[in-house]
Amino acid sequence: MTVTAVVEDARPMGRPLTANRLPKWAPAAVAVASIALGCGIGAGAGLASHLQWGLISAALFLLISYGVSARVEGRRQAKDRFATSVVWVAFILAVVPLVALTVYTVQQGIDVVDGNFLSHSMKGVLQSGPGGGIYHALIGTLEQVGLATAIAAPIGLLTAVYLVEYGRGKLAKAVTFFVDVMTGIPSIVAGLFILSLWNLALGFGYSGFSGSLALAILMMPVVVRSTEEMLKLVPNELREASYALGVPKWKTILRIVLPTAIGGITTGVMLAVARITGETAPVMMLVFGADYINNNPFDGPQQSLPMYIWTQYSQVNNDFGYARAWGAALVLIAFVMGLNLIARGIARWRSPKAGH
Amino acid sequence: MTSSSPAAPRGRDRRPRDSRVGDKIFMNFARGSGILLLVIMAAIAGFLAWRSGLALSKNDGNFLTSFEWAPDAPKPVFGIPVLVFGTIVSAVIAMAIAVPVAIGIALFISHYAPRRIAQPFAYLVDLLAAVPSIVYGLWGALFLVPHMDGLTSWLNEYLGWTYIFDQTKTGTPRNLFTVGILLAIMVLPIITAVSREVFRQVPRMHEEAALALGATRWEMIRTAVLPFGRPGIISASMLGLGRALGETIAVAVVLSSSNILSLHILDAGGGTFAQNIALKFAEAGDNGRNALMASGLVLFVITLLVNGAARLIIARRKEYSGANA
Repeated sequence: MTVTAVVEDARPMGRPLTANRLPKWAPAAVAVASIALGCGIGAGAGLASHLQWGLISAALFLLISYGVSARVEGRRQAKDRFATSVVWVAFILAVVPLVALTVYTVQQGIDVVDGNFLSHSMKGVLQSGPGGGIYHALIGTLEQVGLATAIAAPIGLLTAVYLVEYGRGKLAKAVTFFVDVMTGIPSIVAGLFILSLWNLALGFGYSGFSGSLALAILMMPVVVRSTEEMLKLVPNELREASYALGVPKWKTILRIVLPTAIGGITTGVMLAVARITGETAPVMMLVFGADYINNNPFDGPQQSLPMYIWTQYSQVNNDFGYARAWGAALVLIAFVMGLNLIARGIARWRSPKAGH
Repeated sequence: MTSSSPAAPRGRDRRPRDSRVGDKIFMNFARGSGILLLVIMAAIAGFLAWRSGLALSKNDGNFLTSFEWAPDAPKPVFGIPVLVFGTIVSAVIAMAIAVPVAIGIALFISHYAPRRIAQPFAYLVDLLAAVPSIVYGLWGALFLVPHMDGLTSWLNEYLGWTYIFDQTKTGTPRNLFTVGILLAIMVLPIITAVSREVFRQVPRMHEEAALALGATRWEMIRTAVLPFGRPGIISASMLGLGRALGETIAVAVVLSSSNILSLHILDAGGGTFAQNIALKFAEAGDNGRNALMASGLVLFVITLLVNGAARLIIARRKEYSGANA
């Protein structure tokens, strides 16, 4: 098909190759024109939502760029331009909500977050009034996530070591497959499981720790996968050199392999921490929520940042509650993104260099 | 981000020192934690099944056909069709929007964008994958829902004849359609991240061969990049689907729940598995909890199947697993 198309398209000799091309500024011009047109139509028809303006502009952009190009450059080029336009529109379609989300959160939250907000709990604060803070939620989140990491990181690390250094045969295959599948467990299912095991079958009450157990389940597979990838990057020569010196395998793993990959492993663990910090559902079922400061994660209800947002939104449900929710959301996003940035920084700084 | 080096230390068969005690202990620790993971998976299924059994034996209605959810009533009645419907419809809407857009963004990053934009943008998308779902939910409820008014009335006006977009009730658009859009935004980063990795691995030679034959950029992508990346796109979409199916809190915040099963997706109401569990949990009694666990078990099995299928597809080409997404 391509061959015939090319033959049909072949131009008579002597004509410059660039004859039937749109100038370089054409896409930009079409974009500007269609945005103007889209806004014009939107305003003219009195459409309230700017979403519609944007959608009209995008559709116009696709149509016009295809039309103009088909006219000047021919069908094949027009298709190419159309594909390019679609990709750009997809890019913008994606950027808009994602940027809107971040900007809106910062806008709404920045006025709420101050020293008082960070250092006070909700104890004695009227739900229908202003004031109060997230101190108890911060404490809760840090303790729960810390405990979850303390449980999940060693298990995940050891499992990854098993898969990379020892794993062979059916067991290793099964573990690999189920680790992969486990990454996709809905957080609420993990919560239900811990509830039925820890709280209903074993009879423990609500506490930060039971929340940590559920978070640990969500965290383990992520740690295993990222550690596995990192351990595979450690060059075999290092291990062989160590064996040649008579070092036993376990010592080789602990003293040579793990330290070499420690940067990547840290990154993986931190990304996993960032992910479980934002989990709401299991915490909601297992930690129960409290308005006061509870420093003991093993006894009694606690609070956590995501659950605090949920409570302020769904139960308080007034403007003061929304404001507190946005404040907490800003703190949560800042925390998670900060962890992400640091983790990726470490990955860059100490990535294991492959062999040679 | 990371590709496995070809010299992965898997099959090392000379193990003269395995008789050492330290080696044995260490290896058993490592193997033990691997086994522990399997035990946890089995325990999740086991415990949920046990509790579900307790609930189902008391159910006066039919678990598969009754619309009501009243497990704590004197005559407990509860069923999942509304939840199945809501979960599937919202996930389908999310996929229909997110997959094409994500492929577009992935192509943008791998093939279209000027290099100076591509790298920071890829980074930004990864970062956005980390935004907690409660924040998406809060944003969805307080920002997206009010902004959806115009779009829903528009769809109702021009596409109302399709039945699906016919709006029969007025009210805020806390409906399955809005939920679908929100879920689309939430799963966009993960689908993008995985497909981008796949597109990057298309052999340069294939692309250059296509271009050398006179293909335009789009023809090159259609003939070289997309066929190569198809399994990757499928598995990326399924990973995203798994997330969309299991998403709890964002749906709970945005959707106004009711036990109505309606094909008019612009009408407020409906429910999903995860959302139903989160909302009903607080006031559930003993049987209520067991009933919720029964629905949780169904969700668990569904996501297990979806994820398992995705992994099996990925396993054919190990290099682009979604682990680093």
